[in-house]
Amino acid sequence: MEQLKLNALREAARKIRVGIIEGTHAARSGHPGGSLSIADILAYLYFEEMHVDPQDPRMEERDRFVLSKGHCAPALYATLAERGFFPVEELTTLRKLGSRLQGHPDMTLTPGVDMSAGSLGLGISAAAGMALAAKIDGKDYRVYTVVGDGESEEGQVWEASMFAAHYKLDNLCVIVDWNGLQIDGSVEEVMNPTPHDKKLEAFGFHVISVDGHDFDALKAAFDEAKTVKGKPTAIIAKTVKGKGVSFMENKVNWHGSAPNDEQYAAALAELNA
Amino acid sequence: MADKIATRESYGAALVELAEKYDFVVMDADLAEATKTVKFKKAYPARFFDCGIAEGNMMSVAAGIATTGKTVFASTFAMFAAGRAFEQVRNSIGYPHLNVKIGATHAGITVGEDGATHQCNEDLALMRTIPGMTVVNPSDAVEAKAAVEAALNTEGPFYLRFGRYAVPVINDNADYRFELGKGVLLAEGSDVTLVATGIMVAMALEAKELLAAEGISARVINIHTIKPIDREILEKAAAETGAIVTAEEHNVIGGLGSAVAEAVGEICPVPVLRVGVKDTYGHSGTVPALLEAYGLTPSAIVDAAKRAVSMKK
Repeated sequence: MEQLKLNALREAARKIRVGIIEGTHAARSGHPGGSLSIADILAYLYFEEMHVDPQDPRMEERDRFVLSKGHCAPALYATLAERGFFPVEELTTLRKLGSRLQGHPDMTLTPGVDMSAGSLGLGISAAAGMALAAKIDGKDYRVYTVVGDGESEEGQVWEASMFAAHYKLDNLCVIVDWNGLQIDGSVEEVMNPTPHDKKLEAFGFHVISVDGHDFDALKAAFDEAKTVKGKPTAIIAKTVKGKGVSFMENKVNWHGSAPNDEQYAAALAELNA
Repeated sequence: MADKIATRESYGAALVELAEKYDFVVMDADLAEATKTVKFKKAYPARFFDCGIAEGNMMSVAAGIATTGKTVFASTFAMFAAGRAFEQVRNSIGYPHLNVKIGATHAGITVGEDGATHQCNEDLALMRTIPGMTVVNPSDAVEAKAAVEAALNTEGPFYLRFGRYAVPVINDNADYRFELGKGVLLAEGSDVTLVATGIMVAMALEAKELLAAEGISARVINIHTIKPIDREILEKAAAETGAIVTAEEHNVIGGLGSAVAEAVGEICPVPVLRVGVKDTYGHSGTVPALLEAYGLTPSAIVDAAKRAVSMKK
């Protein structure tokens, strides 16, 4: 990737991370760890990969995105705001009564949110439905969904996977955010989903494993996904939970707790350095 | 009364009949032969999608399709539509208020020999608690078809309850008109009102005749729309007859009886006695034997009506 573009993506991801910290700090709750782990993925999707128009969020031909791991809504909101779907200042209304930014994404409230999701396992099915709708209508939009590694313990993820392969949804790209941690510990300890790649392959996916923080690798993976015909693609993105805020990295307790004022200041200092 | 026909048959036929007039797709979970969506599958194969035995996934997939502007019918047995997939219906379909029409067949104990695991007596209760969900339980084949068209003309999530068992056609008159959310006054009466839904409507009409023979004048109302329920017709019935008996092929907790008692209690309190499955599970058996065993009969309605009349102040 050319340096200019790479710099722009890095800056977008940095701003997304700032937005995540701003939102969860203001809300005094939320899920910063898994939000930070997908910041680079969302930056790539919304600033490079997906065909979307912030001025026309419901544009019929747009690419769709479903945040199946909906608790990481702070990352999606920060991305949408940074992309121009709504003012960045709104991020600090996260989780507050009357806000458009619910604890989990709500398509009826937030411009740019394509599907309400967050109860784990449901979003990937909805994404498969969108991809099937494109096939029915002969449209060429693509559908992207981010699923958690822990989320993959939900049976519905595999029902949806079977469905996506059965209907040859090659316009569907499932990104697994493999940050390795869930509420009760590491995913291997809690309920081991490995070998995740082999399972997805067996379910009929074209599987690509990448470093989820490497834009060149993400570009290569998403480009490859577009060339795959007759089957859906799964990109297993190895990520670091809490990525970008050193004291949050790989710490399970940052799954679902917000930074206090001191931690907020430290996180922003690091992100703005 | 004309021939007997199961409302699921009418559902399948209605999907085919309405396919040219409305743009929709149909999904099923390996039960197309039983839910009768197979009729649509054969006529419009490009608009039919089998999801296999994965009802939760089907509901969320249907929701995803609906976000693109399409109307989707998602069909399976009531037990799996309202029971197994409750959370998907609530969160994927109900919360974003998407155009998914749930065609749930094999509701109630008239499933028969398959027994309790497949006899859903709880679906009306479950679906009624979802905000924005319309809930319709047709009384016969004529009403079932009308309800399908009403679902297509109604924005948002819609639960349609159909049965497996062939039941009498009671609405085959020229001036029959289906009005969503409106109860149907089938017979005037002054001593008590029989408020029935689904297959119990025909039985309420029989009960009216039995009561007349004993000198009791019973009004009969068909409530096909459980939600939103017709409060006006209930208020009038309560005020004018002073006693109400509800009849449903469903648990007496949470369904029609509860909906009527809630409304009447708020607007015009009178005795409300509930005929239905009495907070218990079903059982294997022939349908006539089950209806008798569970007290879903005209004579059970008659007994309740007499008690209700005796409770009047």
